[in-house]
Amino acid sequence: MFGSKISDSMLMILFVIVVALVPLLAAPFGAGYPALMQFFAIFGIFAIGFNILFGLTGYLSFGHAAFLGVGSYSAVWMFKLLSMNVLPALFLSVIIAGLFALVIGFVSLRRSGIYFSILTLAFAQMSYKLAYSVLTPITNGETGLQLALDDPRILDGERVAGQLPSPTFFGLDMNATTDVAVLGMDVQLNVGYFFSAAFLVLAFWIAMRIFRSPFGLMLKAVKTNQNRLNYTGVNTRPYTLAAFVISGMYAGLAGGLLACMDPLAGAERMVWTASGEVVLMTILGGAGTLLGPIIGASVIKFAEAKLSKFNENVVEAWFSFLPEGLGDSIAFVVAKFVGDGWHLTLGLVFMLVVTFLPGGLVEGARRIGGYLGRRGHKGDLDKLGSNVQGGKSTTAE
Amino acid sequence: MSKSNFSRRGVLKTGAAFGGALAAPTFFTSAANAFTNAPGASAVTLGFNVPQSGAYADEGADELRAYELAVKHLNGEGDGGMLNTFSSKVLDGTGILGRKVEYVTGDTQTKSDAARASARSMIEQDGAIMITGGSSSGVAVAVQGLCQEAGVIFMSGLTHSNDTTGKDKKANGFRHFFNAYMSAAALAPVLSANYGNDRNAYHLTADYTWGWTQEESIAAATESLGWNTVNKVRTPLGAGDFSQYITPILNSGADTLILNHYGRDMVNSLTQAVQFGLRDRQVNGKDFQIVVPLYSRLMAQGAGENVKGIFGSTNWHWSLQDEASQAFVRSFGQEYGFPPSQAAHTCYVQALLYADAVQRAGDFNPCAVVEALEGFEFDGMGNGPTLYRADDHQCFKDVLVVKGKDNPSNQFDLLEVVDVTPAEQVTYAPDHPMFAGGELGTCNPGA
Repeated sequence: MFGSKISDSMLMILFVIVVALVPLLAAPFGAGYPALMQFFAIFGIFAIGFNILFGLTGYLSFGHAAFLGVGSYSAVWMFKLLSMNVLPALFLSVIIAGLFALVIGFVSLRRSGIYFSILTLAFAQMSYKLAYSVLTPITNGETGLQLALDDPRILDGERVAGQLPSPTFFGLDMNATTDVAVLGMDVQLNVGYFFSAAFLVLAFWIAMRIFRSPFGLMLKAVKTNQNRLNYTGVNTRPYTLAAFVISGMYAGLAGGLLACMDPLAGAERMVWTASGEVVLMTILGGAGTLLGPIIGASVIKFAEAKLSKFNENVVEAWFSFLPEGLGDSIAFVVAKFVGDGWHLTLGLVFMLVVTFLPGGLVEGARRIGGYLGRRGHKGDLDKLGSNVQGGKSTTAE
Repeated sequence: MSKSNFSRRGVLKTGAAFGGALAAPTFFTSAANAFTNAPGASAVTLGFNVPQSGAYADEGADELRAYELAVKHLNGEGDGGMLNTFSSKVLDGTGILGRKVEYVTGDTQTKSDAARASARSMIEQDGAIMITGGSSSGVAVAVQGLCQEAGVIFMSGLTHSNDTTGKDKKANGFRHFFNAYMSAAALAPVLSANYGNDRNAYHLTADYTWGWTQEESIAAATESLGWNTVNKVRTPLGAGDFSQYITPILNSGADTLILNHYGRDMVNSLTQAVQFGLRDRQVNGKDFQIVVPLYSRLMAQGAGENVKGIFGSTNWHWSLQDEASQAFVRSFGQEYGFPPSQAAHTCYVQALLYADAVQRAGDFNPCAVVEALEGFEFDGMGNGPTLYRADDHQCFKDVLVVKGKDNPSNQFDLLEVVDVTPAEQVTYAPDHPMFAGGELGTCNPGA
C-alpha cells in the first residue's frame, strides 16, 4: 500500500551510491572540498527534517534555525565539558533540540497557518536574541562559543599541550582528509564528510520510513484537510507535535554535526534568514518529496559558495573579450547577480521555480523524464518518492 | 518487512564501504607535507576574507583595495608603497621567497559562521596559506580559532576588542590593530586636559563583546581620572533609532556621553544625540560633551557635521606626515583616487608583515612564521616604532587621539590628530585582568 517496496530499496541503494560518490562528482565543479561537501550532507539532513513537518503536515515553521543553533551549542558544550568524541555531542544535540521543539511546538501548534509561522518565527528570534547577548555566559554572545585550552573535557585523557583538540569519532579525526588523484582531478576524501553522509543516509532512511508509515499518512491527512479530520473525531495535535519534534531533532542533529565538523556555535546560526533558508531549500528542491530537500540544500549551498565568490574583477575578466563599452556594461549588470548580490540570483531562480515548477526541481526532473518518453519504465522518476505522485498511485492500487 | 531487511543490509554495506574509505586516511596526508597548503615552486596563494556585504561593507571594500595594492607591491608592480620605508628590507618585489603572490577573496558577511565557511573554502579549495582581513571582533575571533585548527596563519584586520589578543588569543593569530584598552589609555589624558577631572559619564554601548570590552576599558580609565560613571546602557546592535536611549540621559545628571558604538550604529546614535540638543546643554555648570572612543574616517563621513569637536582614538590617519604614511597615501591615492582608511592601512601592513616574516624565516611553515613575527620590532609602517609582542601577538605602537575637524577642507579631511600617545603609555602587562583567561597555546602547522 505504501509505494513499491522494490523501488524504495532501489532508491535507497542509488542514494547511498550517489552520496558515497559525491567527492568524485563534485570535484569537477570545484565543489569537492570538505567544507562544502559537509554542508551538502548536513543541510540535507536539516532540510529532510524540515520537510517532515512542512512537506507532510503543511505547517510552515519559520523558526527551524533555532533548533539548529541549539544543537550546535549543545554539541560544543559537550566538547568543552565531556569529551571530543562526537557521539555524546550529537546525542545531546538531538535530545536538547527535541526538548526545545517540544516546548515551542506545544505552544505554537495551538494555531495553524500564518499564525503558526509567526509564532515559530517569534520563538526563533527570541532564541537568537537570547543567544546573542542575554545568555552570553552560555553562548559567548556575538563571538560564538569556541573550544578553549582550559576546558575540562573530563573523559579525555592526555592532550597535546598548547593545541586545541579536534572532534573525533573514536580516534578518527573529523578533519582528516586523503587526497586521491582521479583522472587528473584532486579528489578529497574527508572523514567528516563520510561521517555526515552516513547520518544523511540514516536520516533519509528514517524519513522514507515515516513517509510510508500510517503515521506519515496521518500527517498527509492533516495537510489535506485538518478540519475534516477533527470533525471525524481525530485529535491531530499529537501527530503534528510529534512531526514538529522529529523535525526539530533532525535540525538538532544537523546543528550538532555542524559543530562536529567545525567546533564553533554562533548566534547567527539562529537568525531568521537562516530559518528562511531551509524553507527555500525545501521548496526549491520540492516540498513533500523525499529527495527534493536534499537537492535543494545542495543547490543553494553550492550557489552560495560559488556565486558569492565572483567579485566585480572576476566578472570584468569574463567579458573582457567584448568591445570596451559593451563588455563593461554587461559586466556591470552581471556583477549585480554574483558576489554579494548572489541572493538576487537565488531570488530569481526561486521565483521561476515556484511559478513554473511548483513541485520544485524534482518535478522538473520528472517532467524531463516524461519528455524523454520513458513511459515503458513508468515512473523511474516517480519513484523518487513524491508524496503527490505516490498518493495517486496508491489510490489507483 | 522484507524492505526493511534490504535497507538494513544496504546500510550495513554502506557502513563497510565507509569503513574502508576511513581506514586509510591520515598517514597519506601527513606524509605529503610538513604543513597545510605548502605552496608550489612558482606561486603562493593568500586568502583575503573581508566583509563584502552587510553593515561593514564599506570597510571591507577598502580593505580589499589595500590588499590588492599590497599584492602589487609584493610582486614588484606599482611604486612599492611602504616597502620603501619599511625598516626590514628583505622584500625585494619578487613576491614571497621568489613565488608570485596570488590571492583569493571571500565574503565574511560580518557573521562568524559565514566568515568561517568562506575561510574554510579558501583553505581547503584554493590552498590559501594565510587568511587575513575582517572588520569585526566577533569574526576575527571566530576565524582566528579556525586558522589555529586548520594550521594556517591568521593576520587579523580591523578588530578592536580586547578579547582578540586577550582571552581568545591564538598562537597562529596576529593583530596589528590597536584595542579598546589602548583607546582608553590614550584618550584619558586628553579628556582630562580638555574636560577636567570631575565629569559624570553616561555610556551607551553596543550590546556585544566588543562594546562590553570597550565600555569596561573606558569606564576604568575615566574613573581613575576621578570621573563618575552615572549609568551604562546596552543598546542592541543595529538599533537604528536610539531616541529611547538618549532621552533618559537628559535627566540623568550626566554631563558626558560616551558612545561605545561603531559603524552605522555610531553614525545614528551620534546624529540623534546631536539632534536632541545634547551638545547645546549645560549640566552641572559644564558644557555637555560627547566622546566616541573608536573613530574611523568612514564613520566621520557618515555622521557629517555632527563629528565636529568630538574626541576619539584611531589606529592611523591618512593626514599623518611621516614618510611611510605619505608613501602609502600616495600609492593608494594614485591607484584609487582617494585616501585610504585606517582599515585599509592595517590590512596593507598585515599583508606586508606576513610576507616579510616568511621571507626572513625562509620558510612558509606557519611555525617558522610565528617565530619570525614574535617579538619582531619594526618601523616605517606609519605608526612609528612598533613591537609584535610575543606573549599575546599584539602590536604595541603609538595611538592617535583625534578630534572632528571644525573646518574640513575637503570630504576626506574630517579628523585632526590632536595627540600621539606614545606606545609606553598604552602598554599593559600580558596578564592584565582585562586580557586574562586565555592561553596562546602553541603554533599549529596543520597537516
